Amino acid sequence: MGDPQADRAVPPSGITARLTVFVAAVMAFLAVLALALSLSAGRVAERWVSELAQAATLRLPASEDQADALLRAALHVLETTPGVASARALSADEQAALLAPWFGAALPLDTLPVPQLVEVIADAGGYDPEGLQARLAAEVPGAVLDDHTSWRAPLIAAADRLRLIGWLVVVSIFAAMAAMITLAAHASLAANAQVIRVLRLVGARDIYIARGFVRRFTLRAGAGAVAGVVAGLIAVMLLPRGDVAGGFITGLGFAGAGWLWPLVIPPLAAIVAFFATRAAALRRLRTET
Amino acid sequence: MIELDNVSYGYGDNLLFSDLQLTLTPGSFHFLTGPSGAGKTTLLRLCYADLLAHAGQVRLFGKDAAGLDRDAVAMVRRRIGVVHQDCQFLDHLTISENIALPLIVAGRAAEAAGDLAELLAWVGLGSQAGQLPPELSGGERQRAALARAVIMAPDVIIADEPTGNVDWDMSQRLLRLLIELNRMGKTVLIATHDLAMIRSVKADVNARVLRLKDGTLIQAGAEL
Repeated sequence: MGDPQADRAVPPSGITARLTVFVAAVMAFLAVLALALSLSAGRVAERWVSELAQAATLRLPASEDQADALLRAALHVLETTPGVASARALSADEQAALLAPWFGAALPLDTLPVPQLVEVIADAGGYDPEGLQARLAAEVPGAVLDDHTSWRAPLIAAADRLRLIGWLVVVSIFAAMAAMITLAAHASLAANAQVIRVLRLVGARDIYIARGFVRRFTLRAGAGAVAGVVAGLIAVMLLPRGDVAGGFITGLGFAGAGWLWPLVIPPLAAIVAFFATRAAALRRLRTET
Repeated sequence: MIELDNVSYGYGDNLLFSDLQLTLTPGSFHFLTGPSGAGKTTLLRLCYADLLAHAGQVRLFGKDAAGLDRDAVAMVRRRIGVVHQDCQFLDHLTISENIALPLIVAGRAAEAAGDLAELLAWVGLGSQAGQLPPELSGGERQRAALARAVIMAPDVIIADEPTGNVDWDMSQRLLRLLIELNRMGKTVLIATHDLAMIRSVKADVNARVLRLKDGTLIQAGAEL
């Protein structure tokens, strides 16, 4: 990376050095947080999807005289359906709890024609929803199977958007880092115009001169990014932890192999700095006599 | 080696010179004189492709300077050692590093060690090798600039007022070094307005003295 001899030809410059290290550190810190957001959103989406995909609800018509017969028939159909792990009729208390937010806690459920709900849990292989619908239509008239498709779609879309936004933020952070390093490189090149003139006078090619700046900015960006990643990981570790079913915010962070992702940031920052400085230096050297 | 064929150059509407002819043959020695502002430095810069002629053709080692790309210009400059009046060093590098700079940028840093000690001794800067340029006197800096100009063993040495900032004794010493280089076969072109200095060494070197005045270049005659 770069050229140590060419790097030596460029005089040490205080302000651009500190600016580059600082920018890289801040950007790396933000990138760690954005990565945590994106990966957390991904985990939440997967959890929601898997939990909802395995559960379905069967609704039996509210029929006072046939309620038990319908329930028995429905349970029989479900228990004999491949892919259904379990089927359980919700108790009166569970149904009351579901309706309580709308009708209040003192709802006299036994006096109302409330449909009976059956919780259906699929096994890992899942069942054929269309086949089950057909059997239910034949053997349990009026039964409606809700496999939560209408619930799942917007949840998946929202989680996917959140994950996408997280990645866009990461990409934007690196784009901003490239822009800032380009500006710093331009400032450094302008400040070292006399050095460049001397190097050209003694026969230095543009690529040689550029290498001096490239090496310096690459190392600075890499070092700054390491500091930023360390700070970012500490910040993520200090966030309050939630259990698996906890809220999204308390679940913000890395899990398992996800902890390795931030390690990609310093080399990526160095690569961004390498190409940003190289492009800036060669462009400026080309436009100068 | 270096040929200027009907070359014209000016700044804005001010034409410095036009239809200028100059040929530097291998091993030749030229003094370029003329009043301040006549265009001596501009003419020298044309000779190492630091400027491009507005009209006419500058040929450097047989190639049209206008057709050289940036890398080719760098390669040409490795064959031309340039000594500036203001020396132009990198002040954060030691004198020995500055002198070795042409070898370093050419990727021949390994060769520097041997050549450098010899060169420092030749210009009388053996004990100042580790000093920074601002710590040296004007004469020492000029000698260091000369050492840097010759470390690549260039075919041509171009010096712009090399004795401008030094006393008489030092200017004589610098000139002797340039004459010595010419005797080694190097082509030398020196721009100076100091005619006394030219007279002092004229007997020791077969030099052609050119005078740039009012936009034309003529061979100087009896006044020298």
